Amino acid sequence: MRIYAIAVYLFLYIPIGIIALFSFSAGRNASEFAGFSVKWYGKALSNPFVMDALQTSLTVALISAIIAAVFGTMAALALQNMTGRSRAFFDALIYIAVMIPGIVIGISTLIAIVTVFGWLNPILVAIWPAEGPAPQLAMGLGTLIAAHSLFNMALVIIIVRARIAGMDRSFTEASADLYATPFGTFRQITLPLIQPGILAGFLLSFTFSFDDFIIAFFVAGSNTTLPIYVFSSIRRGVTPEINAIGTMVLSLSLILLITAQILLQRKRTT
Amino acid sequence: MSPKLINRLLLAPAGLWLLTMLVLPIVVVVVFSFGERAQAGGYVPAFTLEQYLNLPARWKAFQNTLTLAPVGTLIVLLIAYPLAYYLAIKANPKWRTLLLILVIVPFWTSILIRSYAWIFILGGRGIPAILEFFGLEGIRLINTPFAVLAGIVYGYLPLMVFPIYVSLERLDKRLLEASADLGSPPWRSFLQITLPLSLPGVATGCMLVFILLMGEFLIPAMLGGGKVFFVGNALVDLFLQSRNWPFGSAVAVALVLVMLVSVTIYMRAIKRWGNGRDDVSLM
Repeated sequence: MRIYAIAVYLFLYIPIGIIALFSFSAGRNASEFAGFSVKWYGKALSNPFVMDALQTSLTVALISAIIAAVFGTMAALALQNMTGRSRAFFDALIYIAVMIPGIVIGISTLIAIVTVFGWLNPILVAIWPAEGPAPQLAMGLGTLIAAHSLFNMALVIIIVRARIAGMDRSFTEASADLYATPFGTFRQITLPLIQPGILAGFLLSFTFSFDDFIIAFFVAGSNTTLPIYVFSSIRRGVTPEINAIGTMVLSLSLILLITAQILLQRKRTT
Repeated sequence: MSPKLINRLLLAPAGLWLLTMLVLPIVVVVVFSFGERAQAGGYVPAFTLEQYLNLPARWKAFQNTLTLAPVGTLIVLLIAYPLAYYLAIKANPKWRTLLLILVIVPFWTSILIRSYAWIFILGGRGIPAILEFFGLEGIRLINTPFAVLAGIVYGYLPLMVFPIYVSLERLDKRLLEASADLGSPPWRSFLQITLPLSLPGVATGCMLVFILLMGEFLIPAMLGGGKVFFVGNALVDLFLQSRNWPFGSAVAVALVLVMLVSVTIYMRAIKRWGNGRDDVSLM
């Protein structure tokens, strides 16, 4: 039993380890280890395309995670007071948002945005009051952030709601009995109790957005995120530089995820 | 402000998001799937079933998806169950949380980079080179259904372990003691108590993995090399290469419908089978 478990853990971590190992190879060839070196990290970090993509990815991940954490928490708080048909409707939409394949979200968002922008742009031209050409709406960072925020918001709602459900109601009742205002109760009782859930939701959202390839592939317009860069590089062939980028991406996700997991686990003990 | 108004204001942004970024796109895809293709690609409004009648042109993609997704789910289940069992029942409670985190965490890291690792392992200089050393020459692993299945197992194992672990952890250990006290051998206790009580977790895990596999694109794109393609790969091709939006929309609608139908049949089967045992409840 124990040997089996060890074998599965090796299966889960050896492939990641191999990439990390080869990222330190001095050789030109991606799959031959030829002496220790960090030169591929230097090469990746001084490649303007990589740095550009990294910046795009970080910007999109940060903004969409903030939007999701704020609006998702608000919705989770509202949903706990709701019952009946409108609640069922919201629940259904939230689960659809999480379960529908990313690729279907990607293509449907793409054609919906192109269609809507196709209607709006001539109107913008017609009503543009200032001199010069009217600005045109196009696919880009905004559409990508909006698309990632959808999935992330659903995620935050699910996590925060679980946290609210596990909360001891007697605290908020006691607070109300002691004449706290509803906002005071929220700030001093509810918020501190659900905070680990919000933070975990934020971190998971950030990681999802940072790692997402398929939605970005469709709605990022001419922008390149890091996963899009890596995907198109792999198509051209494996290089040690990709190993270095991959190792950095995995390390960043691992740090964020372990933090999120610790926050989520703590809810069971406090 | 009344509590009702506050509630509405709290819900407004998320509601708006769900409407514009989820409901609207789904409506657009359904409308497009009944349309016609413009000369230069794109969409011409129409009401025709032409796109749906054309679906058999992509039959191979549906066939691959509908064989490899269930097979993949089954293999993932067979590998995940013993691990979940070990974590929930045999592992030292002191290490349990850490071990569980170590299983879950890979699921959230980039599937792109984890699949890339398998290009490395299954490619010419990986396992085939080792096999050659032992005299087995000319074995190709990359760009085969085997490679895609390896990627699937690697990618989705964590998602299966977690729900099974949760249902096994809830299991009342006194039942097993009682069973042993009454002279039942361990294998019988497992078959009559542990396994039936963990089935809700198995059902949940299988459903999650199966649903995600149905929409998979990256793993077949990276490890199948264009030879083993899923519906997801057909969709990318239709939308980004041949720019046939109406037909692509019909394929997308068909994919979601196939998903919904299989999940409904599956849930029904589980429910019927669970009837008469009040201990089996879904999720």
